[in-house]
Amino acid sequence: MSLAHRIIPCLDTDGERVVKGVNFVALRDAGDPVALARRYNAEGADELVVLDIAASRDRRPTFLETIRKVAAELAIPLTAGGGIRTLEDARAVVRAGADKVTVNTAAVLRPGLISELSEEFGSQAVVLAIDAKRDGDSWRVMTTGGRVSTELDAVSWATKGAELGAGEILLTSVDRDGTQSGFDVALTAAISKTVMVPVIASGGARWPQHFSEIFRDGAADAALAASIFHDGIQSIRALKEFLVGEKIQVRLPC
Amino acid sequence: MKISLLDYGVGNLPSVERALQRLGVETERISTSAGVAQASALVLPGVGHYGALIRALDRDGLRPSLIAAIERGVPFLGICLGLQALFQNSEEAPDLQGLEILPGSVRVLSGAVKLPHMGWDQLQAKAGSRLLEGIDAGAYFYFAHSYAVPYRDDEAAVETRATCSYGGEFVAVAERETIFAVQFHPEKSGDAGQRVLENFLRIAA
Repeated sequence: MSLAHRIIPCLDTDGERVVKGVNFVALRDAGDPVALARRYNAEGADELVVLDIAASRDRRPTFLETIRKVAAELAIPLTAGGGIRTLEDARAVVRAGADKVTVNTAAVLRPGLISELSEEFGSQAVVLAIDAKRDGDSWRVMTTGGRVSTELDAVSWATKGAELGAGEILLTSVDRDGTQSGFDVALTAAISKTVMVPVIASGGARWPQHFSEIFRDGAADAALAASIFHDGIQSIRALKEFLVGEKIQVRLPC
Repeated sequence: MKISLLDYGVGNLPSVERALQRLGVETERISTSAGVAQASALVLPGVGHYGALIRALDRDGLRPSLIAAIERGVPFLGICLGLQALFQNSEEAPDLQGLEILPGSVRVLSGAVKLPHMGWDQLQAKAGSRLLEGIDAGAYFYFAHSYAVPYRDDEAAVETRATCSYGGEFVAVAERETIFAVQFHPEKSGDAGQRVLENFLRIAA
């Protein structure tokens, strides 16, 4: 017996609707967040992530009402983020019902934010979201919805983030996101085997084999996907049954 | 029946409240000694830093009334930090005293494991548990913590009803008479978690 590998649907929201981008652009509408949350909770999702992609783009406040409505549907943990720049932003998200908060661009600009959040909520509530893009033999941290390149190395930044108090890394491959060509195994393994906090792999999921691969070869603790779940291409239940057959430990709800 | 939730300003109170309300039970938030003294069933939720919980209980002067209520037999459910608070003290805040109702100390999870212990894990039953009644032995529960009470296989640890193994075996469910405590989050543990809360409500009724 050991910790189950988690399957996490992600709702990227823009206003009151769920959208999903291909390579972070060409956004299209994917549905009502409350209806999707209800469905995933019932289907056996292990957690739900809600990211307000508009907040980071337009510096608009995060959509607390969406979080509140989504939280009311869930008997599983809820992680929320997008545009969180201050402790006060995070408090509002937690008060609205999130169990964990993700920080991304703001933490790159001011790493002390991670410590502030960790001291207030505990490290188990602080998720450092890293958007990484391959650059030669390593990966570079991108900010602002994957559009702005930084000087930071993704592995070093993940390590530093965990030292500052992040309790989890949400690692998105900018190269794979929206392509449905599989998770970035090399990137995920490089970070998961270096940091001593759980790593959620994100970006590129399409087939059940992509999940077994990222758990087995990428050493991911959890795997996140959006459009394949939203569009009904892949049911969470069937995915978990596949993983059980692959001898990968997952939680099968009764 | 009304369930009184101790509200000390931080943590997962709203989600515990929602989970209880979903089961059709009336809840109230209490934050004073008088509120504790009048409660007919108490829930102490908690997530985050042990020190923050203990300091908040003392800041609000809740410690004496809480201990008195628990010892008087008011049904009590501690969740996560609410379990840890029942024990003697914690490595996470060594200068502070716990409620000292159960024997044992809270220690950091150790070994070659990632921390926090975050996600869904299974339990090992140690003795008949009223909280776990009717729940499949292989059920998963949601954990999110880095500290826990190490399991001791001796007479002083008879209150341990189930353990979990992650960086060592630790207390996942403790029960003594009307005192109940879980290290996991029943309010975030899907159907199995809902069953734990239902069992507590049935006992408390």
